[in-house]
Amino acid sequence: MGICANYVRKLFGSVSGRTVALLGAFLVVIFYVPIAMAETVIKVDAGANAQEELQEALILVESGQTIELGEGIFVLSDGLSLDVDNVTVRGQGMDKTILSFRDQKGGSEGLLVTSDQVILQDFAVEDSKGDAIKSKGVDGIAMINLRVEWTDGPKSTNGAYGLYPVQSKNVFIHGCVAIGASDAGIYVGQSDRIIVANSRGEFNVAGLEIENSYNADVFDNVLTRNTGGLLVFDLPNLPQQGGHNVRFFRNKSFNNDTPNFAPEGNIVGIVPRGTGMIVMANENVEIFENEFYENDTMNIVVASYVDDFDDENYQPTPRKIHIHHNKFGKSGLDPDTGEFGAIVRETLGTPVPDIVWDGVLPLMDYFVFGQDEEHKLAIHDNIHLDGVRPFGNANLIMHVIAPIFHKAHYDMSPYQKSYPPLPPVEVIIRGKNAMELVQ
Amino acid sequence: MKRFVLLVVSAVLLVGGGDVSASAVNDQKLMAKKPAKLLSAYGLFKDKSARNPGPALLRYELNNPLFTDYAEKIRYIYIPQSAGPAKLTTHDEPLSFPVGSVLVKTFAYPVSFQQKNSSLRFIETRLLIHKSDGWVAYPYVWNEEQNEAKLKVAGKRLQIPVIWEDRASQIIEYAVPNMNQCKGCHASRDKQITPIGPKIRNLNRLDAAGIENQINILKRKGYLSVQFPEIENLPKVPDPFDERAGSLRERARSYLDGNCAHCHAPGKPADTSGLYLNYEEERDVHWGIDKPPVAAGRGAGGLKVAIKPGQPDQSILYYRMNSVDPGIMMPELGRSLIHQEGLKLIEEFIKSLD
Repeated sequence: MGICANYVRKLFGSVSGRTVALLGAFLVVIFYVPIAMAETVIKVDAGANAQEELQEALILVESGQTIELGEGIFVLSDGLSLDVDNVTVRGQGMDKTILSFRDQKGGSEGLLVTSDQVILQDFAVEDSKGDAIKSKGVDGIAMINLRVEWTDGPKSTNGAYGLYPVQSKNVFIHGCVAIGASDAGIYVGQSDRIIVANSRGEFNVAGLEIENSYNADVFDNVLTRNTGGLLVFDLPNLPQQGGHNVRFFRNKSFNNDTPNFAPEGNIVGIVPRGTGMIVMANENVEIFENEFYENDTMNIVVASYVDDFDDENYQPTPRKIHIHHNKFGKSGLDPDTGEFGAIVRETLGTPVPDIVWDGVLPLMDYFVFGQDEEHKLAIHDNIHLDGVRPFGNANLIMHVIAPIFHKAHYDMSPYQKSYPPLPPVEVIIRGKNAMELVQ
Repeated sequence: MKRFVLLVVSAVLLVGGGDVSASAVNDQKLMAKKPAKLLSAYGLFKDKSARNPGPALLRYELNNPLFTDYAEKIRYIYIPQSAGPAKLTTHDEPLSFPVGSVLVKTFAYPVSFQQKNSSLRFIETRLLIHKSDGWVAYPYVWNEEQNEAKLKVAGKRLQIPVIWEDRASQIIEYAVPNMNQCKGCHASRDKQITPIGPKIRNLNRLDAAGIENQINILKRKGYLSVQFPEIENLPKVPDPFDERAGSLRERARSYLDGNCAHCHAPGKPADTSGLYLNYEEERDVHWGIDKPPVAAGRGAGGLKVAIKPGQPDQSILYYRMNSVDPGIMMPELGRSLIHQEGLKLIEEFIKSLD
């Protein structure tokens, strides 16, 4: 369009800008559209030269075009990348179009997207050496009906993240499957305006994690057979921190029974086998209408950041965590024997209560002032099994400072309060509400 | 339109100066929307094998170059006469080159590392061209006969046989980056392609022949303004492997700057990690001291911090430099071998910290 108008401008140098634009549009209608229509879909098939053909298509594709991947296994030797705005990459289905990185020699992810308004759908990325699909610093990324998988099952040598949008705005993940990530199957980090829905995480260390992010809706997902199902973390010393306004609703997190296989040294290595959900740091997290059951360590834990840090802007204790209308089933009968699981067993006993708070506060608050009413946990209208304590405060500060005086608290009455519901998140992709992409 | 006039003017100037030869740089081709298929089309070199640069090309070296599998690198700057000199920006940014400028870098291996001056086999020549709407990066791969370099937008894997100084021979799995991978490192804070190397503090050094400071040569050529500050007033990073050039700490930080900071700096591709290895970063935790990993996955190797003072074997930084596994190694691109000298420098540096 721009080129065409320039051409017209050259021909009719003296004509006014508006006339030129009109004329340009006219020419576009006559000549440009039919040609463009024929070219908007670039087909790439699996074959011996898949690496070069697919990467070349990802480089030469123009804004507004679609790359259509054929059925079959694309054998790839290097990470792929896309840096053109407003492109769709579409396969024939998550079990039919498979990008296999089993023989990958270079590149730290399977597919990297660094351009805005990109839609990825209906294909799979298998066995990438690092992360499977990453978007970095983009506005508008849709991942729809994708599968990312490490096909040998849980192994510490698997890549860290499956679906990995980071430092992105308007993130939409829908109908995806993530299996075998050595960190999180679906991980959204340092991002803003996020929807993760109708997706499934299995056999990952963390099924689905929102980290250092703002305004996320996580709903209708199924997390099972991971080490931990749902995580919402906030970490220090990062360009974006102070995670807040995250809603988790209508998710099912159950039978997360895979022993933690994260490579040592990673923060996710703390997750005990059999955890339904961990809230760490963050402010304003609303957890409602979810189901948690058959998680051997515990259903939900609300905790402060565990390591030392050097960052005066960082808020390590969670605030305004609102847990209501969830359904809890049998859990907490056999906590993990690792550090975190052991301390839960030691301080709270088994069966571990459905909602665990570590009880950690800034020391002055803990010993002198008490927790600000405005920051307290709010818990109401959840359904618990008979004979299970709904809530336990592990009181970890006393456990560390003076174990002989340590006592856990099970009284929920200080937290039987409510916060106003958080607003729904709207994700805009190509100028439209992202939910329209899947309707 | 303005550009067209400039081109005409510069062409006239060239004719006027009687300097038109077969080697005249084809500015029009350089500025065209699409890249030329063959490197020779740009007229940057006098010969098809690009051994002899045209008169407008100025060779330069860097104080702290990126390690790329021990490849020799031959770098040139080209600035069209009409475009005026490059300008100084901040000390941690590359010079601001005018539209029309080209940075040329050829990667080559000697037939044998035993004879330093044995003839070089060119592998690829990369062009960074400053077009009117920003920089672009084009990789050209040399043929077997060494008389033609062809554009490869999707990159290419090559097997390069080498003979090392100790006579051992090896096949290097050399990866020519695709155009997106070029941008993976050559990305500015606003996500545009940008040069990395020619910062003033990296250029402030003697030329390849070891005779004259490059800043003076650039000035004489008109590539830097004569009003440019005197050498003594310009910043400089030390050659990491010249013990006389700076303290161990300065040399190690210079090495990390040259090899890591194109991604590991605020606003750059790896800033998601919070690990910033640019020369000017002074906050201990951000340049790695006792800094836990964020998304390193198995790249962390079971270690807890990027740099554990006194303990290289407990430092993720050292671990990742010491690997060639794509899921672990750093940098991610540009090498398939371990840089033994760089690793040793960082080992000594970490040992020296307390």
